[in-house]
Amino acid sequence: MSTTSRPEPTTEPTDAGAGVPVLEARGIVKRFGHVEALRGADFTVHKAEVVALIGDNGAGKSTLIKTLSGVHAPDEGEIRVNGRPVRFSTPVDARQAGVETVYQDLAVADDLTVAANLYLGREILRSGPLGRLGLLDKRAMRRGATEALSQLGVRVPRVTTPIAMLSGGQRQSVAVARAIIWATNVVILDEPTAALGVVQTERVLDVVRRARDAGMSVVLVSHNMPQVLEVADRVEVLRLGRRAARFQADQATTDDLVAAMTGARATQTEEP
Amino acid sequence: MTTVERADEAVRPGDWLRERLSNALSEFTAAAALIVLFVALSFASPHFLTADNLFNIGAQTAVIAIIATAQTMVIITKGIDLSVGSVAALAGVVGAMTVRDLGFSVWTATLVAIVIGALAGLVNGLLVTAARIPPFIATLGMMSAARGLVFIITGAVGVYGLPESFQLLGNGEIAGIPFAIVLTGLVAIGIAFLLSQTQFGQYTYAMGSNLEAARRSGISVGRHLTTVYVIAGVLVGLGGMIAASRVNSGQPNYGIALELDVIAAAVIGGASLFGGQGRIIGTLIGAFLIALVRNGAVLLDISIHVQMVIVGLIIWAAVYFDQYRRRRLESRG
Repeated sequence: MSTTSRPEPTTEPTDAGAGVPVLEARGIVKRFGHVEALRGADFTVHKAEVVALIGDNGAGKSTLIKTLSGVHAPDEGEIRVNGRPVRFSTPVDARQAGVETVYQDLAVADDLTVAANLYLGREILRSGPLGRLGLLDKRAMRRGATEALSQLGVRVPRVTTPIAMLSGGQRQSVAVARAIIWATNVVILDEPTAALGVVQTERVLDVVRRARDAGMSVVLVSHNMPQVLEVADRVEVLRLGRRAARFQADQATTDDLVAAMTGARATQTEEP
Repeated sequence: MTTVERADEAVRPGDWLRERLSNALSEFTAAAALIVLFVALSFASPHFLTADNLFNIGAQTAVIAIIATAQTMVIITKGIDLSVGSVAALAGVVGAMTVRDLGFSVWTATLVAIVIGALAGLVNGLLVTAARIPPFIATLGMMSAARGLVFIITGAVGVYGLPESFQLLGNGEIAGIPFAIVLTGLVAIGIAFLLSQTQFGQYTYAMGSNLEAARRSGISVGRHLTTVYVIAGVLVGLGGMIAASRVNSGQPNYGIALELDVIAAAVIGGASLFGGQGRIIGTLIGAFLIALVRNGAVLLDISIHVQMVIVGLIIWAAVYFDQYRRRRLESRG
């Protein structure tokens, strides 16, 4: 079992990283016709850590993410949540198991307000017979949204602002916050900062750190090596559909990561 | 971790007003145009500001408004319903025939017309969701098929010889208020409530705004979208029945090019053909504006052909305005 070490050990529970992984994939195989996108891929996420998943284009990152979030069913292999084997046939299954995913561009409905987006698909209804008619309790949702966003340090003009009127960074922060609010186990972020500027990126990463510090596990898919080393606790490298290497972020360099991604050198700082 | 305050992406408090205004901008614009047109027509024609004519406009608005309400729901989902005119004609004709040939009461006939509309809506909805045919094509097919059915069952002859009672929906009154206007009010309030206050309404906007996000949020988009088309069909059936009732007959040619009027009404009122936006209050204003244009053209002796050109221009202007608004919003983000 791995031991995590973080820049700020005081903020983490003492047993973080030990024990049963929150999310674990073992020997995942996924074929599309004759193409084998995943060839026995393993992946591990422990409680309250940020794990970066990196790999060259075509290494199988997106396929692995989609398998973990219920979009694709694996052909072989096993996924475990808190040690229990699970089968995700739809994204809803994954969400019910506490695994939330933020996809790069598909995250939010632009015309809906911030609050409506946070509660999309999980609206609070009025109590009693009005609720059974599908009547929304908008006030409760506004209150809940305001509270949740302030806890995560996401700043928006108002929770009644339509998403279309937010900046790119605010929009992405709302999408990430939405996943964090509902996830009970793991949040998967697929290139959450790819389209953002430096300042906006930093805001999103702040939200990720806050979630981690509050005990959430985060999977971060990214191409940006400095960013990976800055925000992640651990890094797992995927190459040719398999896990090629694992690193502690504070013991790795960009060169190590690139080497592992391209297969130049089989460096592994940790292996069970 | 510390939160770093950054001025360049700070909350912009002055935006509140802009946000509100932007939401209602098309509605304000449409209402202003409506008032200008109303005043202009009052000066232009001595017959405009008469009780008779105003009631007539009210009844004319009623049918357009009810069917435009249906169209608005579909447009919010990023769809479009080209079949409204044909389906309204089918519903009106079948409703009239059940009264004439089967001796149904006007109420039962109205129910039949509504069921016809709902069935057409169900077919439209299933074509869009289950068969994955784009709404434009699915409802274009329905436009032709329903019109064909109308001609087949009537032999292309109007359904006449109806009892006086058949005029209830179109020409009747409750406490001095035209029944059609009361019905329009009920429909508008009901659908506005549905769209703005319920989970169903929330999903309708969400699907039109970002279908994939809605799907991944666990909304069963196929079933939901189909329901939207069915409700729209119900309203179209009711509208067709009111239209038939106004002329006390079932007309096989009714509603040709009606889709243009109602799409124009919805878009003028702020419904976006890109989905996710539209409110019933705006659609009502748009429907009233279209009815005024039609009525004013008749009073000023402008030919039906020129009216068609005018409606075309209005549609272009409304859609251009919608595009312009979207671009400005996006360039801000």
